[in-house]
Amino acid sequence: MPERRRPQLNVHVQGWLLALPAVVLLAAFTHVPAVATVIDSFFSTPHGRRPAAFVGLDQYRTMMADPIFRLALKNNLLYALITVPVSIGLALAMALWVKGSIQGRTALRLAFFTPTILPMVAAANIWLFFYTPDYGLLNQVLRALGFSSVNWLGSPATALPALMALTIWKEAGFFMVFFLAALQQVSPVLYEAARMENASGWLVFRRITWPLVMPTTLFVAINALINAFRVVDQVIAMTGGGPNNATTLLLYYVFQVAFNFWDSAYAAALSTVLLLVLAIVAFLQFFLLDRKIHYR
Amino acid sequence: MISVDVRSVTKTWGETLAVDDVSFAVRKGDLVVLLGPSGCGKSTMLRLIAGLEEPAAGSIEIEGRDVRGLTGSARGVAMVFQSYALFPHLDVADNITFGLSVRGIPRQEMARRLDKIAALLGLEALLRRKPAQLSGGQQQRVALGRALIAEAPVCLLDEPLSNLDAQLRQELRREIRALQQRLGITMIYVTHDQTEAMSMADRVILMRAGRIEQNGTPADLYERPATLFTARFVGAAPMSLLDLDDGPSGAVVAGTTGPALFLGSGRGRVLGLRPEDVTVDIANRPGRFHVAVTAVEYLGAEALVTCMIGERPIMARTRGGSAPAVGATVGLVWDASAGHVFDAASGARLAIETGAGPLSTRLHTTANQGSTRA
Ligand SMILES: Nc1ncnc2c1ncn2[C@@H]1O[C@H](COP(=O)(O)OP(=O)(O)O)[C@@H](O)[C@H]1O
Ligand SMILES: [Mg+2]
Repeated sequence: MPERRRPQLNVHVQGWLLALPAVVLLAAFTHVPAVATVIDSFFSTPHGRRPAAFVGLDQYRTMMADPIFRLALKNNLLYALITVPVSIGLALAMALWVKGSIQGRTALRLAFFTPTILPMVAAANIWLFFYTPDYGLLNQVLRALGFSSVNWLGSPATALPALMALTIWKEAGFFMVFFLAALQQVSPVLYEAARMENASGWLVFRRITWPLVMPTTLFVAINALINAFRVVDQVIAMTGGGPNNATTLLLYYVFQVAFNFWDSAYAAALSTVLLLVLAIVAFLQFFLLDRKIHYR
Repeated sequence: MISVDVRSVTKTWGETLAVDDVSFAVRKGDLVVLLGPSGCGKSTMLRLIAGLEEPAAGSIEIEGRDVRGLTGSARGVAMVFQSYALFPHLDVADNITFGLSVRGIPRQEMARRLDKIAALLGLEALLRRKPAQLSGGQQQRVALGRALIAEAPVCLLDEPLSNLDAQLRQELRREIRALQQRLGITMIYVTHDQTEAMSMADRVILMRAGRIEQNGTPADLYERPATLFTARFVGAAPMSLLDLDDGPSGAVVAGTTGPALFLGSGRGRVLGLRPEDVTVDIANRPGRFHVAVTAVEYLGAEALVTCMIGERPIMARTRGGSAPAVGATVGLVWDASAGHVFDAASGARLAIETGAGPLSTRLHTTANQGSTRA
């Protein structure tokens, strides 16, 4: 009997050995740093010859009292609340349009998809030109229409919306591809069945298209939400968090604390909060997506 | 009274003539089957009647009203799609009442009609299920229910049973026919299965390459096929088709010297015989075709016996128990009135009656029996 058991053990060992490189890489670069970050957040930042000391929840107490953190959190929530639904709505609208129009369909798809191909920093540079005071494209249009020019990125009221616009422009094209795939999964004969009943376009969308692309919508929404809390490139490239922290988002604040102020422990505490937010979103994804796709 | 009147309707897809100058009328309460091989334009014809496509030429009247520009329910037409087209995210009840809800029928009225349809189709226990949780036959019933609940005067079905297994197909065939007769609705039913067509239809419209080949009752098509195409298409066992040639005393089967089948020329003509009209005669009497049996297909109550006359196979139907053995020599005989003669080139039926008995007594030609189509 022992002879019969040995090959089975070998199979398990073999399996783990095969998975080992991936496990090591994943652990070394994802799990270990994540756990280390959480641990670091309970210590003080080492300075010169003074080593890190355990401070318990001190970093988190500091955070609660930190007005910039609260502003960053508020900015980020606002950012997510607006960019996620708008980019999804735009993506779905574009997908419906591109699917419907026969002529120049490929060209349209490509046009909508182009922003996705651009690296964020390149896109940010293009938009910097749009937003430039006085001779930027947007202001030239404004002045041609008789309005006075606006310092889009320079005034606290418009800086965050300006960043949102860039994000929406960039994400909508990408999400459109998902919706296009989802729409193509919907059997055309369902639309014919609806046509037989003379259902209006809006009713068809509400009762057939929208429910049938719901799994995709949720998937896209979760990813957009995660992206919204991971934004940093365009902030660095366009505003540096300003003016007056109006565009400081969570990850950018982490970056600032860690690499401008060199307060690594506080940055670790901030990262932990960010991790928590992302974890909640990820759990949401498992929970919602599993429930919504069951009819498939 | 005419329920659906199709007048010279033509539909093109680019270069393809999918429906080519088709006219027919469907009487109220009839079940008419559009029959034909794949690609002959049946679905296109049905979609034209449904209003899902607009004809390039011609007009369609439903219940005495020109329905140009109207679609589906607005024409008084409901449809069952080949793939059922059930909404995967709606349960059975919502699928069935979809059309009613679009039209804003009050909830109570909707529930009343749903109950009626569910009882009619035996769907009561399934109303809260999603289509994915139903068997093929149940999905088919739901699709039927969705079409029937509107109580439209005309119901169109596009190969509704083609995705089901043979047993279920037969069962649902009877059920649909019974339902149609009970509700008195007009049905236009598309299929490529001639058995389905023959067993259900009041009238069969056989189509070929976008045109109507023959329009008649199932018995018309079976007993008096107007063309070679109809003769080949209709019938569970194929009609045997024998090329003819000129013989010394009349037409003979090509490659043989007799006996003569009818007076006159045989060249360029084809003789068609249904297996059940050909009798196998073991006794070696004169005036018969003496041939060797090449194959026997045993079907239980009966058997199909294949023999070769010249180079052509001919089938005869015998009782299952009394089929001759393969290789045996038998005599074949058929009744004078049983043969169908066609023009080989045009495929049209010719008004010639034929028989293979002693020429003097059994053979007679008729000059003007029935109609001949060119
Ligand atoms: N939407 C379409 N576009 C182009 N050609 C079509 C379309 N629908 C049908 N056809 C063509 O029209 C002919 C008839 O098709 P169809 O009516 O579907 O045949 P059937 O239902 O008898 O199999 C075929 O040659 C088919 O290729
Ligand atoms: Mg078809």
